[in-house]
This record gives sequence, C-alpha cells and structure tokens, in this order.
Amino acid sequence: VHRFIGCAAIVSRVLGSFKNGSPQPRNFIREMQTVTLIPGDGIGPEISNAVMKIFEAANAPIEWEERNVTAIKGPGGKWMIPPDAKESMDRNKIGLKGPLKTPIAAGHPSMNLLLRKTFDLYANVRPCVSIEGYKTPYTDVNLVTIRENTEGEYSGIEHLIVDGVVQSIKLITEQASERIAEYAFEYARNNQRASVTAVHKANIMRMSDGLFLRKCREAAEKHKDVKFTEMYLDTVCLNMVQDPTQFDVLVMPNLYGDILSDLCAGLIGGLGVTPSGNIGANGVAIFESVHGTAPDIAGKDFANPTALLLSAVMMLRHMGLHSHGKKIETACFDTIRDKKVLTKDLGGNSKCSEFTEAICQKVRDMD
Amino acid sequence: MTFWGLGGPKWWQQASRSVSISASLSRVESPPARADATFKVTMLPGDGVGPELMTAVKDVFKAGDVPVEFDEFHLSEVQNMASEDKLEELLSSMKNNKVAIKGKIHTPMEFKGELASYEMRLRRKLDLFANVVHVNSLPGYSTRHNNLDLVIIREQTEGEYSSLEHESVPGVIECLKIITRAKSRRIAKFAFDYATKKGRNKVTAVHKANIMKLGDGLFLQCCAEVAQLYPKIKYENIIIDNCCMQLVQNPYQFDVLVMPNLYGNIIDNLAAGLVGGAGVVPGESYSAEYAVFETGARHPFAQAVGRNIANPTAMLLSAANMLRHLNLEYHSHMVSDAVKRVIKQGKVRTRDLGGYCTTGDFVHAVVENLRHRPNY
Repeated sequence: VHRFIGCAAIVSRVLGSFKNGSPQPRNFIREMQTVTLIPGDGIGPEISNAVMKIFEAANAPIEWEERNVTAIKGPGGKWMIPPDAKESMDRNKIGLKGPLKTPIAAGHPSMNLLLRKTFDLYANVRPCVSIEGYKTPYTDVNLVTIRENTEGEYSGIEHLIVDGVVQSIKLITEQASERIAEYAFEYARNNQRASVTAVHKANIMRMSDGLFLRKCREAAEKHKDVKFTEMYLDTVCLNMVQDPTQFDVLVMPNLYGDILSDLCAGLIGGLGVTPSGNIGANGVAIFESVHGTAPDIAGKDFANPTALLLSAVMMLRHMGLHSHGKKIETACFDTIRDKKVLTKDLGGNSKCSEFTEAICQKVRDMD
Repeated sequence: MTFWGLGGPKWWQQASRSVSISASLSRVESPPARADATFKVTMLPGDGVGPELMTAVKDVFKAGDVPVEFDEFHLSEVQNMASEDKLEELLSSMKNNKVAIKGKIHTPMEFKGELASYEMRLRRKLDLFANVVHVNSLPGYSTRHNNLDLVIIREQTEGEYSSLEHESVPGVIECLKIITRAKSRRIAKFAFDYATKKGRNKVTAVHKANIMKLGDGLFLQCCAEVAQLYPKIKYENIIIDNCCMQLVQNPYQFDVLVMPNLYGNIIDNLAAGLVGGAGVVPGESYSAEYAVFETGARHPFAQAVGRNIANPTAMLLSAANMLRHLNLEYHSHMVSDAVKRVIKQGKVRTRDLGGYCTTGDFVHAVVENLRHRPNY
C-alpha cells in the first residue's frame, strides 16, 4: 500500500510539474527525508534534542544529519563554514538551526552572516501567530513578515568622510527587489494568504524605496490572484499596535524588516515563541530559532524549545508534510494552553524535558 | 537652565542670555509675557485634514478669548501651491513671529526631480533639529497599555533623510545616511537638558550600532559623552528592534528616548499607536530660535478630508503647549483641561476613539467645557 501511494505521489508530482512548469516542493510522502541539523551553542543542543524526540514520537519521515558550524579560515584567507557542513546542506537543501553565538572581537564576522552569504539566503520569513494560552495584550495576530536579507541598510558599507562625519550606504538593487517580491507572492499563493502589503518609505527615500516599490508593483501584476497594497512604514507601525488583525503578508527591505519582524514577535510574546525561516537561492532553506544562546541557563534543562519546534513545523510545511506539521503544532499549542507543564519563561515551573515529554504524549495520543 | 561659563557654540551663548522665567526651554527665545497685547503666530494648515484641524484650533481660541493672532500661509506640494517665493514669505514671517503651528505638508509620491520635499526643506532652513513627541495616556480612554508617560526626542535634520540618492549603475541605487558628531551631540544635549528641566529620571538612546558600526556608533558615542555631564540622569541604550519589542511588551521601562531620524519616525508612530493613534498625540519641533507646534504622528490623513471625522485632540493639545511656550499659562491650562474633560466624560468621541461624533461636535463640546474654567 505504501509503495502504491508513493508511486501515485510521484506520478502526480510529475504531471503537476508539466502543468505549470515551476519546481514542485519535494513531498515524497512516506519516504525518509534527510535534513541537516545544526544544534548550535548554549541551549542549542538541549532544544535540538527536544525537537528530535518530538519528531520521533510523531513518526515524521525525517532523518537528521548533525553538523557543527564554526568559522574557519579557508584558502585565500576568507572566513568560511566547515566544508562538511556546506556539503551536507547543499545535498539536503533543508536545514534546521539552533542559536549560534558570535563572540565579540573574535576577528571573524557573525556566524549568521557567514551562513547567509554562503547559501545566498535572501528571504527571511517570520510568521507571527498568537498562541492561545500565552496571553499577551494582543490577540488574534496572524501575519507573516517577509524581509529582504542581503542588501539594503545592512550592506555594511560605511565611510568616515572627515572627522566627525560618517556616511552609511543603503543599497537597493533591481535584482534583489525583484527576487524578494516574487518570493512574497509565491509564498502568499502557496500558503493561501489573501493579500501582500509592501512596506516602504518612498516619500522620503524616493529613488531607493521607489525602486523597491516599483518591483513589488510589477510582481503584483503577474500575480493577480493575490491582493496587493502598499503602506508607509510609519502608518504600518501606527496601525500595527492598534489593530494587528488588518495585516496579512508584509514584504519589505532589510532594515524595516528587521524592526517590524521583531515588533511582531513582541506582539505574540517575544523571541522565545517565534519561528523563522530563511530561504536561499538554489532551493536551500534554513529554519531557525531567533533567540539567543542563553548561556546562563545552558545545560540546566530550563530552556524552552517552542521557538525551534515551531520553526521545525514551518520546515515540515515547506517540505509539503502538512499533516505531520499540523499534528506537532497542535500538540505544542495544546500543551501550552493546558498550562499544566510549562517552562519558566512561559510562566510555569517545569523542566524542558518534562515539557517535551508532555508534547510527545499529546502527539502519540493523536494517532 | 543656563550655560554661563560653559563655552558653547555662539548660538548657545546668544540664546541663553535672556533669563526667562518661561516654561519653555531657555535656549529658545520666547516673546515676553504681555497680557494686554496679542501674540502673532504663523499658521500653516498644510494638506489633508490640516485645514479642518486649524479651524478647530481657531474656534476654540476665539471662544476662550485667547490673545493670539494667526498669520496664515498655504504651502502645499500636492495642490500645486508651492513655490520658492511662498517658502521665502513663510520664512520671513517665521523670523518675525518665532512661533508657528502647522499641519503636515504632504509629499507626493511621484519623483518630480527634487529629492527633498517642502516639509524637509522647511525643516532644514529653520534648522528644526529636535522633534519632541509627548506620549501620554488620556484619562478616560483605555488602551492595551494604560498610564503611559513617554517623551520621544528625535533628530530631525540628518540621518537617513538626507535626500542624497543616486543611481551608480543602472539597477543599483545608493542612498546615503549621514551622521555627524556636531548634530548628534546637539540632540543628545537637548535630550538631557529637556530631561533635567522636566524632572525626568532616565534617557535611553536607541540605535543599531551592532550593524552600522561607524554611523550609529558615532551617535552612541556622542550620547555617552554628553551623559557624563549629567550625573543625576540615568543613561541607557537599546537596539532599535529590541526597543520595538519592549515597547509592545513592557513600555513602562522607558522614560525619555533619544534617537536619529528614521528610528524616530518609527518609534513616534509606534508609541502614538500605543495610546490611541495619530489623533491624540501632540508634538513640537525646536530649533535654537524657533518653535513649531504640530501633531506627534504626522500624517495628512487624506481619506478624511471633507468628511468632518478627524480628531482634533492632538492639535488642540499641541496648541495648549504653544500657549504655555508663549507664557500664557492660564489659557494653556484652560484649553488642555477642557479637552481632557471631554475625553474623560466619554460622551463625545470621534471615530478613531470609538465614537460617532464629528469634528464639529467635538469642538463644540470643548468650547462648552471652556466656560467651566477653574478660578486660578
């Protein structure tokens, strides 16, 4: 029976790819998929273990390949990630990453920056959904921020012109703007989202944000089934804290994306419960938890694996394993709603392992 | 607050010469208090609902017998009423009056060949470097965060809004963000002076120096240097994305915030949203010689033009602040008390606060409450 279903899946996939010509997401139902796992530093290993345990309890068809990422100096003096990590990621295309520490004055750029440059991770996607059971003043938040991650204000190009005058350059290119706009509409379409809003400040930065906005408008023309609106950054901030339900998918350049995605994370409860995914060229996608390494609680079983777990669920959805993703997500939300077993940052007193066990139990009960 | 003995730039020494007992910053020359004559104030209605809000201010002032006369100017980019001559007229009026009240001059989206909008050019010509927004919760109108009391100070002339953009290669656009030591120091000193004057305890600098190491790093360094001159005021700094997150989770940890241009725009609007929106937050812009009073969150709100639904609270509270700046304390209290009383009673509210009343109704209610002025 399994093999029959597998064949049917492959046949429908092949037919599907003839139909619209775009690459289909890999969804070998019932076949094992290998995913590169980067546990990270600090609480990274504990929460990665928690996620692996929960996936096992859910019978998710995922095989984990663990790799460690540190900065090493390659030939030519350039900093790069270890070659075996790079090779594993290029082979598997999908990765899950825990928090990485960046020591100050280490001499090398941050690990996140290295990963971003190595795999050309151009889009950062952060879905923010209110968690029932973790009360914040904002209820019913359900939006996604898509942020351009390679250029914009974070190009790192700065000059000291004369003593006391500094200039930072914000770079906007046609190619990157087009790429992120296309991705935003693809995402909206694949995830049944009704509208995409471009966030900009083209009234002040007329040429740069003007270019970004033009590209978004062009992409909107090609995707008429998704509604497109544009809004100034300050109007978005103003309305976001008054009524976040009016927003759906937001697409924006680097700096605004950084600020808005953290703002939205604050609306639903902070970085400890927010998932995040980075999409790169060549089909690479790395899902990560955006909180820090929390060295003060590392190894003490106090960590909260929710952020990494929800990122892993996002990964399952990206791979097409929607049913498994839904199962794990529901178990996680139910556990938080029950409020019986909660980690310290969620307001409870339990340990990480107890929280993980509660979720595993719920997942097993669902089958 | 005077800086005798501290050798500052010339304009500081000039401005601090008059020992004024006014409630305004001593750096800004305010006209002497004369209860018998009227004050002349430049008025710039702007676009969108600006003219309606100005009418509200004029109605309330007339009903309250406030001795202020307005010099009106209509400068508008979207309605094609803008030109260099009009700008010059406006500037000469400002040089005489020193105080202005204005709405927002809308910047049209189309790129007409000029990178700086009229609003920015006005700001630069008058050197209005500091924008102060008062974020206070209104008693009687509850939001998700009640009892807020923040002051947001934003550097308004440089930073990301330098309007220096060029296309270096087809398809690649560069936009320059300029940060200078002189202006950063100036705004930091302004922030600490303001905090000292109003009895505030803490000043927090907002930045992104982990990414923009040279630019925001310079800003942060200037703030730290100035902070050492004020040992009584606590100084902290926070990264902009963390700041936004903290503002929606726990805004009570902040007191006075100081930041460069773009972050100021974001945080002004965010904080305005926390207490009820763009219709309830007053703000002002200061330079060494001039003071311009306006709303805190600057939007022309073009969708509401002609429909009589705009909320005049922000403009009325800003007008009350202007009266205090002109040393008309009695009238200032009269206007702000009347507005607060109307909001507290909750019977007359405009649409953005959840009511059904028009701007006219609200102004009428404020005028009614003016008659119950307390005896000082």
